[in-house]
Amino acid sequence: MPHDHDHPHDHAHSHGGTAPHKHPPLRPDQDDTITYWRAMEIAVRELLIGKGILTADEVRRAVEDMDNRTPLQGARIVAKAWTDPQFRKLLLSDGNAACKALGIDDGIYKLVVVENTEDVHNVIVCTLCSCYPRWLLGLPPDWYKSRNYRSRVINEPRDVLREFGTEIAGDAVVRVHDSTADMRYLVLPKRPSGTDGWSEDKLAALVTRDSMIGVTFATTP
Amino acid sequence: MAIADRADPRFVPGDTVAVRAIYPLGHVRTPYYIRGKRGVIERLCGVYGNPEDLAYARPGLPKQPLYRVRFLQREVWPEYRGGADDTVDIEIFQHWLETDR
Repeated sequence: MPHDHDHPHDHAHSHGGTAPHKHPPLRPDQDDTITYWRAMEIAVRELLIGKGILTADEVRRAVEDMDNRTPLQGARIVAKAWTDPQFRKLLLSDGNAACKALGIDDGIYKLVVVENTEDVHNVIVCTLCSCYPRWLLGLPPDWYKSRNYRSRVINEPRDVLREFGTEIAGDAVVRVHDSTADMRYLVLPKRPSGTDGWSEDKLAALVTRDSMIGVTFATTP
Repeated sequence: MAIADRADPRFVPGDTVAVRAIYPLGHVRTPYYIRGKRGVIERLCGVYGNPEDLAYARPGLPKQPLYRVRFLQREVWPEYRGGADDTVDIEIFQHWLETDR
């Protein structure tokens, strides 16, 4: 590697036979530090593979499967609940059963669905770590895992929502849900006005990831 | 004699409870900010292995009832600036809860 020295260099120089040139200091890579936990992950993975418990391809496939999940499944669930009162009732009383009824993976965690209305706005956080309904929404956004969001949305939710561009009426109740243990949460956003008679597919396109975390509303057409 | 492998639920929705103000070391799922606060049982979520035990590759027995407990924000954070009825709902295991007197 030509750039494996760690001093900044603003002087003209050459490396590995390249012509002399100048460039600003390179930003260091952020994934090349072997921390305690990274070393442990590598050691455990290599042991599992070495002992024949998992194959490298199975590990790769699991990572790929996780990376490929998107909020689309969640959006399908929300659109169905907007159009089917029976389904909405099931979703709010037993989230996992509702997933199953739609032929969607019902996950290994219990799903609690909370409904946003004119009077109540729900927003989800995991103050202890980053619990998130990954099987429905994919990987959580970086901000959801940040200390800033986790520590602030719990005690100044209206200010944090405002930073997301979301203004909650003063007479509406804000409910923060701290996902601390075995539940995973999905917000059922309010159905936007002007969508009467829309198909489920068309409605699903209005349901964003952030609206299902509760930091914003579903998109108004 | 076998130890019971699960604790029976002691609370029902609507009960007022207090979170124990204790500070054990180790893996704990009860956030600091809620210890010592009073709330109301919103629902029983189920009965789950005790994470304080599971975290150390032990069996997590007896399993503990897990509740969602609803707290008024203005009681959790004295300086809270939002609505008077705003709440925070938190999952709390039964062994962290006591009857509020």
